[in-house]
Amino acid sequence: MSILINKDTKVICQGFTGSQGTLHSEQALAYGTQLVGGVTPGKGGQTHLGLPVFNTVADAVKNTGADVSIIFVPPAFAADAIMEATDAGIALVVCITEGIPVQDMVKVKNYLQGKTTRLIGPNCPGVITAEEAKVGIMPGFIFKKGKIGIVSKSGTLTYEAADQAVKAGLGVSTAIGIGGDPIIGTTTKEAVELLMNDPETEGIIMIGEIGGSMEADAAHWIKDNLRKPVVGFIAGQTAPPGRRMGHAGAIIGGADDTAAAKMKIMASCGIHVVASPADIGITMAEALKKK
Amino acid sequence: MNLHEYQAKGLFAEYGLPVSEGYAVDTADEAVAAAEKIGGSRWVVKVQVHAGGRGKAGGVKVVDSLDEIRAFADQWVGKNLVTIQTDENGQPVSKIYVESCTDIERELYLSAVIDRGSRRVVFMASTEGGVEIETVAEETPEKILRATIDPFVGAQPYQGRELAFKLGLEGAQIRQFANLFMGLAKLFEESDCSLLEINPLVVTTDGDIHCLDAKINIDGNALYRQSAIAAMDDPSQEDEREAQAAEYNLNYVALEGNIGCMVNGAGLAMGTMDLVKLHGGNPANFLDVGGGATKEAVSEAFKIILSDKAVQAVLINIFGGIVSCATIAEGIIGAVQEVGVEVPVVVRFEGNNSELGRQTLADSGLNIIPADSLVDAAEKAVAAAGGQS
Repeated sequence: MSILINKDTKVICQGFTGSQGTLHSEQALAYGTQLVGGVTPGKGGQTHLGLPVFNTVADAVKNTGADVSIIFVPPAFAADAIMEATDAGIALVVCITEGIPVQDMVKVKNYLQGKTTRLIGPNCPGVITAEEAKVGIMPGFIFKKGKIGIVSKSGTLTYEAADQAVKAGLGVSTAIGIGGDPIIGTTTKEAVELLMNDPETEGIIMIGEIGGSMEADAAHWIKDNLRKPVVGFIAGQTAPPGRRMGHAGAIIGGADDTAAAKMKIMASCGIHVVASPADIGITMAEALKKK
Repeated sequence: MNLHEYQAKGLFAEYGLPVSEGYAVDTADEAVAAAEKIGGSRWVVKVQVHAGGRGKAGGVKVVDSLDEIRAFADQWVGKNLVTIQTDENGQPVSKIYVESCTDIERELYLSAVIDRGSRRVVFMASTEGGVEIETVAEETPEKILRATIDPFVGAQPYQGRELAFKLGLEGAQIRQFANLFMGLAKLFEESDCSLLEINPLVVTTDGDIHCLDAKINIDGNALYRQSAIAAMDDPSQEDEREAQAAEYNLNYVALEGNIGCMVNGAGLAMGTMDLVKLHGGNPANFLDVGGGATKEAVSEAFKIILSDKAVQAVLINIFGGIVSCATIAEGIIGAVQEVGVEVPVVVRFEGNNSELGRQTLADSGLNIIPADSLVDAAEKAVAAAGGQS
């Protein structure tokens, strides 16, 4: 029993017929994901990649029984797409779109409050349950089945961590790319909590970066719920203050959101903090041995 | 995207918020004409740059004569202003803002930001005007007052009144402050601000609330729907290489070191900088070439990195996801040949087709140093750049 998605999860794609939607839908199907259709307003009734296209998410849900949606629509329309999926009763919305105005996300985040829909992202690589299902844009071949859960703000660092976990002989259970924007759906803490409660996950890799307090919040929760070893890395130890480093959320705003401050808090909460991104896999292997 | 003070005050004026009469000018003659138009016998002249700390650096002056205005404009237009917030070269001054002088009784602070914690717009106010809010937060956090805006109903006047009373304002000032608060909230939302700051907000000797300074940052992701504001962009205030990188959708941030970094993905790019530092080197930049890392992107990235003369080696760290390392290897070879790279280039490939990518580089006959792990890459790059610093 894996978390969030598995081989039986029925998935639809919003922005299905666009170039990104098409490319990654093909890849998801090749990985074995149960993609059952997609949504492109105005193209309802057509067939794309051998699957039905619907005008609305509500139509897609009614006809396919999907309860997960992946979103590739452009930034100007992404907030609308997330709310449409939520209103149609989708349980898990994964928004890949990068560049959504932050005030749109303020509205979305508050709209989601009190609703049962979980949002992952935006500006994220998505979710993958190794060798079962991929709802995202990550290269599937890296994620070999195993026992390590990954939570990360960054795409390529997620791949790096997964690759190291696999090479250390541990493999990956589920990897969750939560996204690099200032306001995102599922937080680091919430993602760690899911993995802590997942019987298939024996260790957790938590990758953060400068900016915000999500890693510190997760660390404080981990301190009281430390049932599995957690290895942590914070990118941006060398980042100058006040500068945005690629991700919209990666900016040091105050004394507490520097890499050093986060690493100190994480270490004090029992997390195995690594200074080098090269040590993630090996540190996890050692932590599991000591357990 | 940052706005100049005169642009921010222009927006304030559009929203009917209390700012002084002022004009942004390009020359000393225009500065004198602006002062004559404003009238009176005392003015404030301010250089317009995207950096704080202008006052202490001599970029803001209260003047009592037109000759002083002329002298100030002659001194600054076309020069660079160095403040504690700029690098050693400073920021170029192309405009001077001339405004009427305000007699101050009290200085306050007011700002609005998008708070990650509450995921809402939050206003912050303080009686400690003219002081950096970070200093107030550290030394006297109890002096920071807050009002959180509900995203569905927006700011409410009572929130403004509440702040006003807590700031010790009285009489007509309460209504003035509440109006300012409501106007700023509207401006913040309608202009897609990510930060709005008035420091200081003052009470004049006549007892009126007045915005003496104005700082606005706009959410870059929202510029597509803010065409009037997007047109206010002043690229002269950005690092030349950063502006050039942005044109090719590359994320570049200049740093002080000598090892140029080219990486796919923002997180891995930051991680690579950290790794270089851990192994005794100094990264010259942050550069995310994006997921695709096409030949064009790699070529441009090389040009930008090498235009920094401090660079003595380049470290390329690519984790091939959807994109094949072999494709990127072709891109690197093409770029090295096209750009004429003369410094050592260390390449680490992992992921999709990494073996083939390495082979392609080896067969190229170019002076490219292959690395087989993150650590190996960092060590080789540090050695190639002349060893540990």
